[in-house]
Amino acid sequence: MTAATRSPRGRLELGSLLARIAIALTIVLAVGGLAGAHPAWAGVITPESGGSSNADSIAGLYKIVLIIATVIFCAVAGTLVFFLVRYRARPGHVASQVRGNTRLEIAWTGAAALILVVLAALTFTRLHGIVTPAASGDDAGAIFATVDQPPAPGGHALHIKITGRQYVWRFDYPNGAYSYEELEVPIDTTVVVDIYSLDVNHSWWVPKLGGKFDAIPGYVNHTWFKITKPGVFTGQCAELCGQHHAQMIATVRAIPLAAWESWVTRQKQLIAEANAEDHLARAKLDSQVGAAQVESP
Amino acid sequence: MATSLAPSPQIATHRVEREPHGWTSWVTTTDHKRIGILYLVTCFVFFMVGGVEALLMRSQLAVPENTLINAEHYNQLVTMHGTTMIFLFVIPVWAGFANYMVPLMIGARDMAFPRLNALSYWLFVAGGVVFYSSVFWNPPDAGWFSYTPLSNGTYSPTAGQDTWIYLIHLTGLASAIGAINIVVTIATMRAPGMGWGRLPLFCWGVLTQAIMLIVAIPVIGAAVTMLLTDRHFHSCYFDPRCGGSPLLWQHLFWFFGHPEVYIMILPGFGVISEVLPVFARKPIFGYRAIAASTVGIAFLSVLVWAHHMFTAPIPLVVLAFFMISSMAIAVPTGVKVINWVATLWRGSILFRTPLYFACGFLVLFTLGGLSGVMLAIFPIDWQLHGSYFVVAHFHFVLVAGAVSAVMSALYYWFPKMTGRMLSESLGKLSFWFQFVGFLVTFGIQHSLGLSGMPRRVYTYNADTGWGTDNLISTIGAFILATGVLLTVANVVRSLKRGVPAGPDPWKANTLEWFSTSPPPAHNFDVIPKVTSVEPMKDLRAQIAQRSRDDGALRTARVRAPVSVAGAVQSTTPGGGEHV
Repeated sequence: MTAATRSPRGRLELGSLLARIAIALTIVLAVGGLAGAHPAWAGVITPESGGSSNADSIAGLYKIVLIIATVIFCAVAGTLVFFLVRYRARPGHVASQVRGNTRLEIAWTGAAALILVVLAALTFTRLHGIVTPAASGDDAGAIFATVDQPPAPGGHALHIKITGRQYVWRFDYPNGAYSYEELEVPIDTTVVVDIYSLDVNHSWWVPKLGGKFDAIPGYVNHTWFKITKPGVFTGQCAELCGQHHAQMIATVRAIPLAAWESWVTRQKQLIAEANAEDHLARAKLDSQVGAAQVESP
Repeated sequence: MATSLAPSPQIATHRVEREPHGWTSWVTTTDHKRIGILYLVTCFVFFMVGGVEALLMRSQLAVPENTLINAEHYNQLVTMHGTTMIFLFVIPVWAGFANYMVPLMIGARDMAFPRLNALSYWLFVAGGVVFYSSVFWNPPDAGWFSYTPLSNGTYSPTAGQDTWIYLIHLTGLASAIGAINIVVTIATMRAPGMGWGRLPLFCWGVLTQAIMLIVAIPVIGAAVTMLLTDRHFHSCYFDPRCGGSPLLWQHLFWFFGHPEVYIMILPGFGVISEVLPVFARKPIFGYRAIAASTVGIAFLSVLVWAHHMFTAPIPLVVLAFFMISSMAIAVPTGVKVINWVATLWRGSILFRTPLYFACGFLVLFTLGGLSGVMLAIFPIDWQLHGSYFVVAHFHFVLVAGAVSAVMSALYYWFPKMTGRMLSESLGKLSFWFQFVGFLVTFGIQHSLGLSGMPRRVYTYNADTGWGTDNLISTIGAFILATGVLLTVANVVRSLKRGVPAGPDPWKANTLEWFSTSPPPAHNFDVIPKVTSVEPMKDLRAQIAQRSRDDGALRTARVRAPVSVAGAVQSTTPGGGEHV
C-alpha cells in the first residue's frame, strides 16, 4: 500500500487509534485478569494467602493492581506489535515526518498520573485491613502492625516476642515459656508479634500470614496475624543473614485454644525441669572443677 | 543550507606523524575513542565473568537440596555477581559508549579533559583488579549492598569485605571524574548551532546520568568510608551495641542505590531514543517530552530511596511518602515508553538488529516498570520484598532494560567504531535467544517469589515445591547465555570479516555518522554547523541539493573545495547501500 492509495484507516489520528486498541484490550484483559485471580493461581501469579486476613487483603490489593498492570502492558505491547507490522518498510511507503503532538502528550502524561493516583487511593482504602489487627476473643496488651499503628479493637491479643539470630528464630510466650523454630499459637486469636534481632539483620516472613518485617538489631518491628483454622504455616528468613541463611526456617502451628493453653503450660514446665537439671549438672561440674583446682597447686 | 559547507582556510598539515600503534599506544592513550574501546572491552570481560557466576548459581538452584556449590561459596557468588554486574559492567559500559560517542555526536574533537579521561579508566580497572584479587583469598559474601551488621568486622572478618569497599571507592572515583568530564564536554564543546534543544537524546541521557553520579557518588563514598572505620578503627556508625544504627547504612546506601538504578538505565533510554527514529525513518516523537522526562526522572530518583526499606521499622507515614514518590517516577518513565512507541507510528520501519533489541527493550522494560509499580505499593511490597519476585523485577529492568540497550548500542555503533558491520543474521539469532532465554529465566521467577522463595538462598527443600520453576529458570539462563555468546562470536567474526560499513550505513541522524568509520584521531576535518536536532538529515538534503545544482552547472565546472569534498562524498546516501 503506498502513501497515495492508503485507506482512510491509515489516516486515523494516533490518539483515536490508541484509544481503540486500549478499549479492545481492556475488555479482553479484564475478563482474562478476573479469571486469573482465581484462588488456584495463588503462588503462581498472585501472592500466597489464606492463613490470615492481612495476607488475604494484600493478595486482594495485588490482584487489582495486577489486572490494571496487565491491561496497561497489553495496550503498550499490543500497540507496539501492531505498529511494527502495520508500518514495516515497504516499497513506495514513506515515513510521515511527525515530530510530536503536544495535546496528545499532555493527555497520556495525565492518564499515567491518573492511574497512579487511583492505585494510591486504592491502597489507602485497603490499608486498614492490612495494618490494623483484627479483633480476637483472647485478652492481652496493646498491639501494632507497624511502629506507629493504633491499638487493635478491644485491645485483645496474644503477644509474642520473636527474636532472630544466626540461624534460628526464638519465640517468647507471655507466661515465660519459649520455643525455637516452631511457634505455637491458638486459633481465632489475634497474635501480635514484636520482632527483635540479636546479631545481624533478619526478616520475619511466613507468606500465608501476611508480609515480611525486618528484624534489625537495636530496633523493634511489629506485625500481626490471626489464624482461623488449625494448620501449619511455614516461612523462612528473608534477609541475607550469613552462611546458613537458607536454613533459617520458621514454622507456625495453629491449634485450638485449650490445646494451646495446655501446650504452653507444659512447655514452661519442661523448660523449668530442663533448667533445674542443668543447674544440678553445672553445680556438680563446678564442684569437681573446684576440687581439681584446689588439688592442682 | 550550503553556507555551513562553505570553504574556509585550513592548514593541511605541519608534519606527518606516524599513527601510534602497539600495546603501549593503548596503555598511554588519551584519545576518547580508544579509551571508549578500552572501557567496552574491559566491561564485556567483566560481563562474561559475572555471567559465569550467574550460571553457577542457577546450576546450584536447578534442583532442590543440590550440593554442587556450598553455602559459603554461594554467598560469595551472590556478592561477586551483583557487584560485578553493577559496578564493573553496567555503569562503566555506559562510560565506554559515552566516551566514544559523546564527542562525536556533539561535533567535538575529544573530551574536555583527555588525561582525566584516561585516569577514570585506569581507576576503574584498578577497582576491578583489587576486587577480583579477593578470589584468591576470601571473596566478600555479605551481598552487593553489604548490609551491616553482617558486613562489619564481627560477622565478616575477612579482607574480602575490604576489597568490596575499595572497589566502591575506586570505581566511584572513576565514575565521578568521568561524570565531571562528560558534563564539561557537553556544556562547552558542542558544535556551532547545537543549542540545548538540538542536543542528541543519548547525550541528554548521559549528561543527566553524569549529574546524578556527581550527586550520588559522594554519599556512597562516605558510607563505605564509615564502614571501613567501623571495621578497622573502632568507630561506631552502624553498630547498635555502641550506639550506632544499622538503618543508617540502609538509608545511606539506598540514597545512592536508587539514583544508581537510573544511572544504569538513563543512557540506555538515550540509546533507544537514538535507535528508534533511525530505523523508523522519522523523527523522535516528542523530543522535548523525552528530554524533559529524563531530567524529571533524575530529580525524582533522589526522593525514592526508602522503597528499598519498606519492611524495616519505619513509621507508616514515611512509607506512604515513599510509595507516592516511587509511583510519581513511573509517570515520566511511562511518558518515555509511550513516546517511543509513538515514534514507530506511521514510520517506515527497517528491521535491523539494533531495532530488534530496542523493541525487546520496550516490551521487557515495560513489564519491569509495571512490576516496579507493584513493589512501590508498600503493603504489596511486604509480601514481595526480598523474594524472587524482586529478583525478577530488577533483572527485567537491568538485564532486559540496560543490557538490551547495551546490545542495541553495540549493534548500532559497532560499524562506526570498527568500520565493519556486524552480521545481521547472527545478530537476530542472538536477539531471539536472549529474548526468549530472558523471559524464561526471569518470568518464572515472579512465581517463585509469589510462592515464598526468598532471594539469596543457596538451596531449598524439595517439599517447598519450588523445584520445577527453578529448573525452568536455569534452562532459561543457559538459553540467555547462548544468546550473549552468539553476539560475542558475531563481534569476533565481524572484526575481520564484516561487510565494510562506510561512514553512514544506517542513514542516521546524528553527527558521529558525518565522520569516517572508524573516525580519525581528530574526529572531523570540518565541523558542520548544526541547524536542527537531526544534522545528518540536513547534510544529506544539502548534498542531494548540491548534486542537483552540480548537474545543472556541470558546464561551469564548479567544484567543492578539497577539504570539504571528502566529507561530502562520505555522506552521500550511497554510503548506506550495503546495509
